[in-house]
Amino acid sequence: MNSAIELKNLEKSFGKTAIIRGVSLDVKAGERHAVIGPNGAGKSTLFNLISGRFLPSSGSVLLHGENITGLRPFEINRRGLSRSFQVTNIFPRLSVWENVRCAVLWSKGYKYSFWRNIDKLEDVRARTQEILELIGMTNRAEIPAGVLTYAEQRALEIGITIAGGANIILLDEPTAGMSRGEAENAVALIRKVSEGRTLIIIEHDMGVVFNLADRISVLVYGQIIATDEPAKIKANQKVQEAYLGTAGHD
Amino acid sequence: MSSAVKSYGVWILAAILLLILPYIFPAGASITTMCLIGIMVIFALSYNMLLGQTGMLSFGHAVYYGLAAFVTSHMINWAAKSGVPLPLPLIPVFGAAAGLFFGIVFGSVSTKRGGTAFAMISLGLAELVYSSSLILRSFFGGEEGISADRTKLIRLFGYNFGPQIQVYYLIAFWTLLCVILMYAITRTPLGRMCNAVRENPERVEFVGYNPQFVRFIAFSLAGLFAGVAGSLAAINIELAQASFVGAAQSGAVLLAAYIGGVAFFVGPVLGAILVTLLSIKLSDFSEIWVLYFGIFFITIILFAPYGLSGLLMMHAQFWRGPFGSKITRLGKLFGAYVVALIPALVMIFGAILLIEMIHHVAQKGAEGANMHFLRRNYLTVNTHTVLPWVGGVIAMIGGFFAFRFTWPTVANAWHNALVDAQRSGK
Repeated sequence: MNSAIELKNLEKSFGKTAIIRGVSLDVKAGERHAVIGPNGAGKSTLFNLISGRFLPSSGSVLLHGENITGLRPFEINRRGLSRSFQVTNIFPRLSVWENVRCAVLWSKGYKYSFWRNIDKLEDVRARTQEILELIGMTNRAEIPAGVLTYAEQRALEIGITIAGGANIILLDEPTAGMSRGEAENAVALIRKVSEGRTLIIIEHDMGVVFNLADRISVLVYGQIIATDEPAKIKANQKVQEAYLGTAGHD
Repeated sequence: MSSAVKSYGVWILAAILLLILPYIFPAGASITTMCLIGIMVIFALSYNMLLGQTGMLSFGHAVYYGLAAFVTSHMINWAAKSGVPLPLPLIPVFGAAAGLFFGIVFGSVSTKRGGTAFAMISLGLAELVYSSSLILRSFFGGEEGISADRTKLIRLFGYNFGPQIQVYYLIAFWTLLCVILMYAITRTPLGRMCNAVRENPERVEFVGYNPQFVRFIAFSLAGLFAGVAGSLAAINIELAQASFVGAAQSGAVLLAAYIGGVAFFVGPVLGAILVTLLSIKLSDFSEIWVLYFGIFFITIILFAPYGLSGLLMMHAQFWRGPFGSKITRLGKLFGAYVVALIPALVMIFGAILLIEMIHHVAQKGAEGANMHFLRRNYLTVNTHTVLPWVGGVIAMIGGFFAFRFTWPTVANAWHNALVDAQRSGK
C-alpha cells in the first residue's frame, strides 16, 4: 500500500526545549491511524509540523511521496490534507452555513474570485448542504457559530475540516470535553467522514482509540515508542510501562 | 419578476432618489453639500472594505484618495492642454486606476501583516506620502496644490460641467455605480473570505486560502474605490491639495465609517451623510464644533459600538407581525425614548452653555460680557453674571439625574416590545 504521510526523522525544538525528538512514521493511504500519549508528549506539535503550522527544526514530511516540508498551511491544504484543532477554531461571528461554505470554496476552484455571485454557485451550495447534513446541523445553518453549544462547535470543526474533500484528515482530540453520548455521536461521525480516506487522530479516550483505529502510534516525550495494531499495542510491554501503566484510562 | 424587483429594487429606488434630490433641495448650498456627501459615501464604503469586511484598521486610507485626486488634476490639465478628447465623466476611471495602482504598490508591503502591525504600517505610509507631498512640488504643487479647470475638457452632450448641478449628477452616477459594485463584492467568494480573514485569519490558512493575499486584494480594491472618491473630490472643487492625503482626511473617513457602524454594509453610508452634514453645519453654531464632534464620537464608541446602523438594526427585531401591531409596538417604544430625550436635551443644553461660556470668557473676553449662545440672537447671556453659570450647572446636573430617572422606563418599554414581538412572531 502507498504511504499517505511519511515523517522522516522529524525534530522540533522551541529554544532549548526539544518537543519532537526524531519521529519517523509511515501512515498508509486509507488507514485510520491514532496517535496516543501522555499530556505534553508532543502530539499536537506533531500535527502542527505535518500541517505546516510550525516549521520543523530538522527532518521532513512527505505527502504522497512529495516533500512538503516548509510549505505554508494553505499550500499543504490544497494538496489534500486538512486538519482540525484541539481548541475549537471556527469563524465565530459567521453563520454555520458561512463557516462550512468558506471551507468548500477553494476545493471548487473559485479561489479569490470577486466577480461571481457566491449565492449562485450551485456546486458550492450543494456541497455545503451535504456537509451540514453529514454533521447534522441543517437546522442550525443560520445561527452564528459562536453561539453554538460546545459539542455543536466540535461537530462544526469537523465539518470545516472535511468540507474541502481532503483525502488526508488530521483530527486533534475531536471528542475532548464531550459527554459520553456526545462522544459516541462524534465517533460515528468520524467513522462516516473518514470512509475511504486517510485519518490521523489524536485521542485521549482509549475506548474511542481502540474502537476506531487500524493502527496506533504511541508518542512519549517526543518519540514514538511503538506503532502497531490495537491488540498488539495493548499487549506491548514498553507501552504499558511508559504510558498505559502510568496514565491509566483517562 | 418579483425576484428581480427584490434584487434590484433598492438600487432603482436609490437611482430615482439621486435623480430627484436636487429638485427637493434646490439651493446652491444643498447641491454642494450633496456632492460632498456622495464623495464621502464612496470613500467611507471603500474604507469599510478594510475595517468592517476584512478587519484591517487603516490610519492612512486618504493616501489613495489624495494621490488619485492629484492624478485627476494632472489628467484634466493634460487633456485640456493636449486636446485629447477625454470627457470629464470618464476622468474618475483614471482616479480609480491611480487608487488601484498605489493600493497594489503600498498594499504589497502593508498587508503582509494584519492587526496592529498593519495599522502601524498604514500610519507610516501615510506620513511618508504626506511628507513627500511637501517635497515633490511638481506633482503635488506645494502649498497651493494643483488646480484644474474642469470646464476645459471636450463637452459631452453639450455639458461643460461648469454649473454645480451638472457635477452633482456626475458624482451621483459614480456614487451609485461604486456603491453597487462594492455591495456586489461582499457577495462573492473573495468578499466572504474577507469576512473569514476578519474572524480568524489562522483558520483561513487551513481551508486553502492565503490570508495575506485576501488582505492584499481587499486592500487594492479599497484603494481603487478610494481613488474614485478622491478623483471626484478633485473634480468637485477643481483642486487637489496636500491635505487630501493628510492624517485629518484619513481620520475623517475612519470616523464616518465608525459612527455609521462597520458591521453593516449601509453603516458607512449613514456615517458619511451624518459626518459631512455635521462638519458643514456645526461650524455655523460654534467655533469649537470639533470639540462637540469629538464628544459625539466618544459617545457613539461607548454607548453604540455598532454605530447608527447597529442602533437601527437593534429595532429590526420589533418589525414583526401585522402592520398595525408593528406601528403600535414601535410607537410605544419611541414614546419612552421621547420621555428620556427631554431631560437628556436639558443636560446637553446645560453642558453646551457652560462650555460656550468658558470658551467665551477664556478666548473672547475682549468682545465683552455678552455672548450669543450658539451664534443665535434669541439667547444672549451675560457671562459676567452668576445666573447663566448656575443655570448651566443646574440644567446639566439636574438634567442628568432626571435622565437617569427615565432609564427604567426605557428598559421596561424595550422589554415589553420584545415580549410583544416574540408573541406575534409565533
